[in-house]
Amino acid sequence: METVTITLKNAPALFLEADNVSPDVFAGKTAAQIAELHVHEGNTTSPLGKYFEVSGSAGTTAADTKIVVKGDVKKVKYLGFKMSAGEMVIESSADQYVGAWMTGGKLLAKGSVGAFAATAMKNGELTIEGNAGNYLGAAYRGDWRGMSGGKILVKGNAGSDIGMYMLGGEIVVNGNADVHVMTHAEGGKTIVKGSTKSKLGGQMVEGTIIVFGAIETMMPGFKPNGEVELEVEGTKAKFAHFIGDTGERHKKKKGVVVYGNLYKKI
Amino acid sequence: MSEYIIKNGHVFDPVQGIKGDKKDISIKDGKIVDKVGSGAKVIDASGKTVMAGAVEIHAHIAGPKVNLGRIYRPEDKLFSCTPTKGMERMGGGASIPTTFKTGYEYAKMGYTTAMEAAMPPMFSRHVHEEIRDTPIIDEGAFPVFGNNWFVLEYLKNQEIENTAAYIAWMLRVTKGYAVKVVNPGGTEAWAWGLNCLTVNDPVPYFDITPAEIVSGLIDANEYLGLPHSMHIHPNNLGNPGCYETTLDTLKLAEGKKAKNKFGRDSVMHLTHSQFHSYKGTNWGDFESGAKEVTDYVNKNKNITIDTGNVTLDETTTMTADGPFEHHLTGLNHLKWANCDVELETAAGVVPYIYSPSISVCAIQWAIGLEIPLMMKDPMRCYITTDHPNAGPFTRYPRVIKWLMSKKARDTQINAFKHKDKVLSQTSIGSLDKELSLYELAQMTRAGPAKTLGLGAMCGGLKPGMDADVAVYNFNPDKPVADPDDIEKAFSRCAAVFKSGVQVVSNGEIIATGHKRTLWVNAKVNDNPQVIRDINEKFIKYYSMTQANYEALGHHFVPNPFALEVDATTQV
Repeated sequence: METVTITLKNAPALFLEADNVSPDVFAGKTAAQIAELHVHEGNTTSPLGKYFEVSGSAGTTAADTKIVVKGDVKKVKYLGFKMSAGEMVIESSADQYVGAWMTGGKLLAKGSVGAFAATAMKNGELTIEGNAGNYLGAAYRGDWRGMSGGKILVKGNAGSDIGMYMLGGEIVVNGNADVHVMTHAEGGKTIVKGSTKSKLGGQMVEGTIIVFGAIETMMPGFKPNGEVELEVEGTKAKFAHFIGDTGERHKKKKGVVVYGNLYKKI
Repeated sequence: MSEYIIKNGHVFDPVQGIKGDKKDISIKDGKIVDKVGSGAKVIDASGKTVMAGAVEIHAHIAGPKVNLGRIYRPEDKLFSCTPTKGMERMGGGASIPTTFKTGYEYAKMGYTTAMEAAMPPMFSRHVHEEIRDTPIIDEGAFPVFGNNWFVLEYLKNQEIENTAAYIAWMLRVTKGYAVKVVNPGGTEAWAWGLNCLTVNDPVPYFDITPAEIVSGLIDANEYLGLPHSMHIHPNNLGNPGCYETTLDTLKLAEGKKAKNKFGRDSVMHLTHSQFHSYKGTNWGDFESGAKEVTDYVNKNKNITIDTGNVTLDETTTMTADGPFEHHLTGLNHLKWANCDVELETAAGVVPYIYSPSISVCAIQWAIGLEIPLMMKDPMRCYITTDHPNAGPFTRYPRVIKWLMSKKARDTQINAFKHKDKVLSQTSIGSLDKELSLYELAQMTRAGPAKTLGLGAMCGGLKPGMDADVAVYNFNPDKPVADPDDIEKAFSRCAAVFKSGVQVVSNGEIIATGHKRTLWVNAKVNDNPQVIRDINEKFIKYYSMTQANYEALGHHFVPNPFALEVDATTQV
């Protein structure tokens, strides 16, 4: 695997949209060619090289390409946009849409990321060592197709509306999550090891939410369904089981109504 | 104005009966002429296909429900934006493009005239603002009448003259083009929680049937002698077994004759016939009723139809058939928007994915192609996608590919997950017909222009007609190696002229011309009763005054073109 390192040397005054920074776009290109790729600052289109120093070279395919993003990119959006394979490491915090629409590969953000990370993610792995913003693994605005596969691990806290319209895949938050978890979801699993606030699983059709800590306010649409023993992420414990959202439509599978599941550690 | 001569192209013009002969087309002062001077600019069309600008008879491209779709589907613009480029302003949207993109896309495919198929009269100002902002193409809009309280009241008492006077008033104040009917009576019934699924289901309170509404509106349309016929989306759209309702609706035109000075022969235009040609009793035994419907239409010359081809895309359905959209959201569970328009109509919007792996969608695709392949007279059957309901209009080149190539159809059939079901529930597999370029010109140019009453103005290349011309990179002398070449050729024109101005060159927009709004100014005798009724309804029921109702003046209709009709003397 070949490595390309891009280092921010001239910080943008506005937010920078760097939707060309992905192993798929870099693959097969030299450092000079990569520096010529477009980025957008406001309504101005410039070459990537205006802001970043590019070194190393890319592999022939996305799978053979690793990108290391150095420097303070907290005002850079769309890093890892639509990546399908390969690896990417962001060494600082980044702005919105990290790994959005990604379909494969491994993306590691060593800092925190802004909102809409992993929007409509289909596959691959996204690890965020800091905190995640709002709408992690959610659907794009207006869309009903959120994260459908792959795995997201947030070592810090996550914002609100994570897993909105989630269809599949898994989100693990080691810290706390804000309001609205897996709203409208029709599949997938979200594990919050810390505490949550309110509106978990609102209008949820299918899917699983597991909370280790507190739930500040339960949705009235969820009803208790006994207790179960579960092994989650290596922890064996007793969980209170709730099903819902009872205010939403639910499919029947083999004559049995399928609800969304909410488990809270006892 | 400049002169042009389009040299050595293979010309297809049903108006003059030209079937691919090598001919030069001369343009002067916005019109087709016999000859031009030696200084005329030469467009070399050798090895290319030349046709008149295409005419869209039915699409939803302007107005509140289109805009509602744009507003509530930001995801439709995702990854479909086109940045500013040369003459072109920024555009966006796949199934519900912005006004600018709408104009550019039609022009690039060789379309120069398009009709907005459902204008809620109360929101005609909005419709005209969007038409104004849609560049290049001439446009008209059809106000909807099939659930209008005035119409329901007049026709209950068989008052054709009053209905006609009301239509004339409405066309004038809304700058409307034709009489559109959507789910007659059914949309009004829905305000009462009901629907009209047959032509004999009475409308609550008004106590009139869809049959009486349809028959009366045809009579009023011919009383006025309007350019276009009554244009109908019948009851019971999109349900298995609906072809019977469709046939019952078509039978209402029996014995009625077109009466107009525009050369139109039909009295009823059945739109998006694909959605109205379903047999079966449920989605399990769902099958094609294309044969039954086309058999009837083939025999009855006073009816025209358009197809409503399913293009197997993700799209946005929108119709004044409010109850249907409510039904649809119950089927696919996607977001639903609804709007009631006081006294007049309603509309609903729901996104829809026509998936090739769902048997119903694949059968719908087949029915949409069976209809034009089974129609004997291409002058009475026009290609549409009921944009954006069965697919976006930008897919016309693909529909043309399927119609012109059996190989392309077979490739698609083989790609369906439920191929066997498509073949058993429809006759698409046994239809060998491949549309000729001449038939294509009939279905997309001469035919729709004639039925819209525009046959003397556009849809042909006869000297004296508007110089709307499309040149395609398609050589009819060469065999088609790959059906995809057909789609490619019809996607982007080599050259397009609109009223004598070259607007497209090599698939790029080079000018925006001077688009016009087509409307019909129908003169009727003074009718104090209708004027009194209108005044009374505005005072008693409307939430706005008449002064705020009319689409008037430069802001709304900056470049009007009125077709004049005089119905003051009745024989």
